[in-house]
Amino acid sequence: MVWSAAVLVVAIFVWIVGDLLAGGLSRLSWSFLTEASLDAGRAGGIGPMIVSTALILAVCLAVSVPIGLATAVMLSEFVRRAGWLSRTVRWSLDILAGVPSIVFGLFGNVFFCQVLGLGFSIWSGGLTLACMVLPIFIRSAEVGFRSVPDAQRNAAAALAMSRFTTLWRVLLPGAMPGVIVGLVLGVGRAGAETAALIFTSGYVDRMPESLSDSGRSLSVHIFDLSMNVPGGDGNAYASALVLAFLLLVINLAAALVGARFLKGSVVNV
Amino acid sequence: MMRYGLVIGPCLLIAVAFGLSGCEQSSSAEGVDDGVLRGKLTLTGSSTVAPLVGEIAKRFEQRHPEVRVDVQTGGSSRGIADTHSGLADIGMSSRSLKLGEQAGVTTHILAQDGVAFVINAANPVASLTNQQLHDIYTGKITRWSEVGDRDAPITVINRAEGRSELELVTKFFEIKPSDIQPTLVAGENQECVKLVAGNPDAIAYLSVGTAEYESQRGTPLKLLPFAGVEANTTTVKAGTFPLGRPLVLITKNGRSPLVDAFIEFALTPAVDDLIEGQSFVSPR
Amino acid sequence: MSHRVKDGLLLAVLRLSAVASGSLVVLVAVFLVIEAWPALSPDGAIGIGGFVSDPSWHPIEQKFNLVPMVAASLLAMGGAMLLAVPLGVASALFCSWFAPKWLATPYRRVLELLAGIPSVVYGFWGLVVLVPLIGRFQPPGASLLAGVLILAVMVLPTVALLSEAAIQNVPRNVVRGASALGLDRWSTVWRVVLPAARGGIATACLLAACRAIGETMAVLMVCGNVVQLPGGVFDPVRALTANIALEMGYAFGDHRSALFVTGLILLAVVVVLVLAAEWVGGGRVRNTAARGVANGGGRA
Repeated sequence: MVWSAAVLVVAIFVWIVGDLLAGGLSRLSWSFLTEASLDAGRAGGIGPMIVSTALILAVCLAVSVPIGLATAVMLSEFVRRAGWLSRTVRWSLDILAGVPSIVFGLFGNVFFCQVLGLGFSIWSGGLTLACMVLPIFIRSAEVGFRSVPDAQRNAAAALAMSRFTTLWRVLLPGAMPGVIVGLVLGVGRAGAETAALIFTSGYVDRMPESLSDSGRSLSVHIFDLSMNVPGGDGNAYASALVLAFLLLVINLAAALVGARFLKGSVVNV
Repeated sequence: MMRYGLVIGPCLLIAVAFGLSGCEQSSSAEGVDDGVLRGKLTLTGSSTVAPLVGEIAKRFEQRHPEVRVDVQTGGSSRGIADTHSGLADIGMSSRSLKLGEQAGVTTHILAQDGVAFVINAANPVASLTNQQLHDIYTGKITRWSEVGDRDAPITVINRAEGRSELELVTKFFEIKPSDIQPTLVAGENQECVKLVAGNPDAIAYLSVGTAEYESQRGTPLKLLPFAGVEANTTTVKAGTFPLGRPLVLITKNGRSPLVDAFIEFALTPAVDDLIEGQSFVSPR
Repeated sequence: MSHRVKDGLLLAVLRLSAVASGSLVVLVAVFLVIEAWPALSPDGAIGIGGFVSDPSWHPIEQKFNLVPMVAASLLAMGGAMLLAVPLGVASALFCSWFAPKWLATPYRRVLELLAGIPSVVYGFWGLVVLVPLIGRFQPPGASLLAGVLILAVMVLPTVALLSEAAIQNVPRNVVRGASALGLDRWSTVWRVVLPAARGGIATACLLAACRAIGETMAVLMVCGNVVQLPGGVFDPVRALTANIALEMGYAFGDHRSALFVTGLILLAVVVVLVLAAEWVGGGRVRNTAARGVANGGGRA
């Protein structure tokens, strides 16, 4: 029975991936990856979408990494685990991690697009995604910091190192694997996101010239091609293949780094 | 310290974001220094008008390389609301403005269009009376055998709330949106095209221009005549098609030189080929 | 700068960041409430009662009944869980108990890969493969069933990977005790391992449910989006998330506020699910979740 469940899961996987490959592989080419889209996406390539996706991710990381890193340090090094601050922040992060992406989209549309006046732009999209990936990144970075053995902290204290120096020279290097896993997972989640971007970074499928331009991410492009463009399925297949491939690579990287560095420590936290 | 932290935290976040937006606003300032138009225009609204305006915008940008025009879809009502609130420089609408929406804005008629009922090209049905259409959409007729020789359940495609086509059709048939018994609900015109093209039993209503454009490209669609009048750009142009509607641009009164320039350009014969290219009808 | 000042500054920055990230969820909730307030307030156009007692969802006619969409969301989630939990737990058992090692690792990779496929790609696949397939038996095809099937595939890796972590956390002594008693493999798994891991498995299921109810794109693309209480699995439905995605761009005034109420309902459901997961897991939700994260979970 267990075997048949496993066979079924593998069969579904093969079906999905096989279908994507069959539908998209023949359309992939260098020019598809670099050219602008023509005729509402039926023809041409996905160059602007790749650039927009990268810019949105860059904004997302530039904001979430510093804040997330500082929060992770705070939670793991400077407060008691059972203290009220730590418990409250953790709870709220757990909830934040579960908030549906479309709700982030609503929030981003009001807060970034309207209240902060950023409009439909790569800024709005990136900042919305930053809110989304923050809990994922913090969780993983925190695990990284906890995996640094106490002996190293004691040694640093015995050398009369300041907290700042300890953090910079001892803890951060030790926690790097966790931070990297968090980073990769954040990119994976943000890159796959669609619902939160429709109402924040918008639909414009041209090459963005600045971060205040609207930019269509790859995921939104797939959505638009498959729902709103008759005859767009072919290029939707190819775009889906590109996005899925990028994300699979990212997720595998996370799994590999995670398996190598974090296995023991995560379970023992 | 902690008590204040709770207040300061979000404030800091807001401050950072404001800082970011501050830098941006300065860089996107528009103007006409040394006679060259520069800056950014944001247009939102009707998904019917958007593809046409997108083409017009590309041509406008070629003439004014320092200008960038962003076209976002979001429905006519939304386009009108965005123009009022200033979120958009120019709104796009595929229906004329209601009384409450007219204050403080100017409408410019860009082109003429209509709303047509559309079935799959493989469906042998050649025409439907207004009563039959009414009955199909209100759930009194549920099978194609009741209006033709072939039997199959009818896939009735309705439009989501907020789309102007829904408002136009319900107004014409003097029914309420809640009287409609849909099998599926679609958002954009293009989604209707896609659903009807892929389903020989489906019926939908959408922009005449979009439907004609798609069927000319070989998408298997059939535009049903409406009240005995063929649904195409010729009858829309002649004004004989009963479900006609204007495609309009909306601007707030007291507008900038850049907005002026764009409106002026969009209302000249220089864009007639683009209007016809999208199967709409030029008002000239 | 002296050590003292530097450390003080550092601590202030860290504390601020922690409080900022901690209050983000509050900020989200506050803005949702502000935007939803015109619809929710007792003297507003709708009031809380309207969302339950109005005859239907037709914002143009000022009718804002959300019950069919709440039902659709819950049914889609429930159906998906019904399929994904047995398959997911079986997958977890397969990895940790039944498969030889050379097979367990690639199988885990397959689960991780499934977890990494973005939801819009699942939606696209559902639209071009699943919907026409169902439509052949029962037109139009876009239906609750399509949504359930897609969601089941999407949350399966979450259930499987997190359950496996829970199963591996069962103390070795318990397992050894079972084999000392001469129990065969099936009895060990069924009577010893699964009961011991049930807290972790329940947490995994709740987190998966959280993901299922919040999923937007796939549901929007395959469910047909008719607002109705489904009479059967072949009827099209509209989920809460799809309602926002479909109408948000076109809504203003009360209609827009009503969509923010939809968002608030989703937020409330998620809070309940996360707190339940936290309670069931005895505060260990972060461990299982972190483990799952390290295994490559996490998808929009």
